[in-house]
Amino acid sequence: MRNTFAETLYGFAQADPRIYVVAADISPAGPMAKFAADSPERFINVGVAEQVMIGMCAGLALKGMRPFAYTIATFSLYRPFEMVRVDLCYQNLPVTVVGMGAGVVYSQLGGTHNAQEDVAVAGAIPNMQILTPCDPLEVREMTRFCAVDNRGPLYLRLGKSGEPKLTETAPDPFVFGRLRTLRKGKDVCILSYGVIMKTAFEVADALERQGASVAVMNSHTLKPMDEEGIVRALRDYKRVIVIEEHAPQGGLASRAKQLAWEAKAGCTLQTFTLKDAFIHCYGSHDDLLAAHGLSAAAILAALGSPGRT
Amino acid sequence: MTSRQHRNSFDPLAARARGRRFRRRILEMAMTVPALHIGGAFSCLEMVDAIYHGMMRQDSSGAYLDTFLLSKGHGCVAQYIILDALGILPKGELEKYCTIEGKLGMHPDYGVPGIAASTGSLGHGLSMSVGMAIAERHKGTGATVYVVLSDGELQEGSTWEAVLMASSLKVSNLVVMVDNNDFQTVGRTSITHPSFYPLVDKFEAFGWETVEMDGHDSEGIVRAVSERRGDRPFMLVGKTVKGKGVSFMENVVIWHYRSPNPEEFKAAMAELAEGRP
Repeated sequence: MRNTFAETLYGFAQADPRIYVVAADISPAGPMAKFAADSPERFINVGVAEQVMIGMCAGLALKGMRPFAYTIATFSLYRPFEMVRVDLCYQNLPVTVVGMGAGVVYSQLGGTHNAQEDVAVAGAIPNMQILTPCDPLEVREMTRFCAVDNRGPLYLRLGKSGEPKLTETAPDPFVFGRLRTLRKGKDVCILSYGVIMKTAFEVADALERQGASVAVMNSHTLKPMDEEGIVRALRDYKRVIVIEEHAPQGGLASRAKQLAWEAKAGCTLQTFTLKDAFIHCYGSHDDLLAAHGLSAAAILAALGSPGRT
Repeated sequence: MTSRQHRNSFDPLAARARGRRFRRRILEMAMTVPALHIGGAFSCLEMVDAIYHGMMRQDSSGAYLDTFLLSKGHGCVAQYIILDALGILPKGELEKYCTIEGKLGMHPDYGVPGIAASTGSLGHGLSMSVGMAIAERHKGTGATVYVVLSDGELQEGSTWEAVLMASSLKVSNLVVMVDNNDFQTVGRTSITHPSFYPLVDKFEAFGWETVEMDGHDSEGIVRAVSERRGDRPFMLVGKTVKGKGVSFMENVVIWHYRSPNPEEFKAAMAELAEGRP
């Protein structure tokens, strides 16, 4: 995802001199290094100084530029939170805050580098928008959206590297703010977003092997959330499953439960999220997800038979 | 119009008369609303006035080429008064200060005519001004960004991230003034952090061009800014007096926030009357 983001942004930055990258000491891998070399005046490394990174982005945007603040999610969103809130969101400026390695992607770095509650934190701020690609193809589409169409503050929640392509055969295109069907199905609907979408596909495959017809939908825009689309899914399917690499509060799972109550939905709704805990484990990304109870096997075990509602 | 022309045409007597007039107007406003940050507005008034009347350039349509950002947003009544006098604020807006009918609050809000950015939370303005100055530099506009900081605001770590950044990027179209009135809400800044002073040495050490001077000397401020070398960011540490201009308000911490009673108002207006030195 990191390289696709950099490569795509590089392309748009060639055409649009208003695009800036203001990075906080994150190594400019691959195409980002090319951007830095080609346009040094538009690639600014502030060093380990995230507050000025956000403030400078606001100042650039106030003068008509389209800046991207770029570093690891915990440092692009949490450390300079009040700058994100006041400088970007209160003034409603077209700045993209890129959160690299959100969720527990930095699985060997510990809790200091895990953004487990970033959707809740960013989503609580008025004017903020949140986009989360599930694969490199969506990274390309969303980076284009941020560089070209976006008109306000936006948190772009990225993974890191090695994510498989999942949306090549999706029946729906990416449309900002709209739930995207990635696989069609009739009985069960899995709602997910981000890097953990690959687990949602594994779960869908397993349920299909057990005889169920399973749809997979991507809630890639977490704010503004496609509430109508989610309510439709809650009404159309007997069973809806949310799989989310985020804390149980303030993300897709908690919102889906609220919507189900408000819509008096009759389906079974089962949600799988990160724990509301710092778990002090280290290992691969899959190891960390498993420690939070988010492996495909653990989810399937908890779901039981697909026919049971 | 260039800043040099400004300097030649900057009339210190007129500036002094404006200072008295603006202070009287602020006191009149203070009688209609309970909270106005009089002390901090009076301490930065000459610096803000010098920026508007001696530095900021306008095009033929009257639009400003340069930008002013009041990072110490709580002093914004000083800016509102000047924007009103210049006809930038809609007529009658000042009278609706802090009311539900008006647009002006106790901190400047982006979107209000003449307000370049929302400030009020301290430690934000300098970072934004660095971004603004870089954008102007890359666009080749030749525009300068002027900023007024409070001395309390220098206690924010974010301010020093921006001080460092402006120096590293050699942001030479950035002119910053510190309203060094030596007060914050709870007492003197030099007592909160004694080892922080003198301030000017700190900015010098970070690679800024610096000057320390009387922050109420309008003519001197205009001269110091116009005579800067201009190859790096410029910091003017203005030694100021909180509540400047009204004897019983000067250096008295309660005037950070309170409004005068009718007797105090009368006495203050007498001190600020036309014809006084």
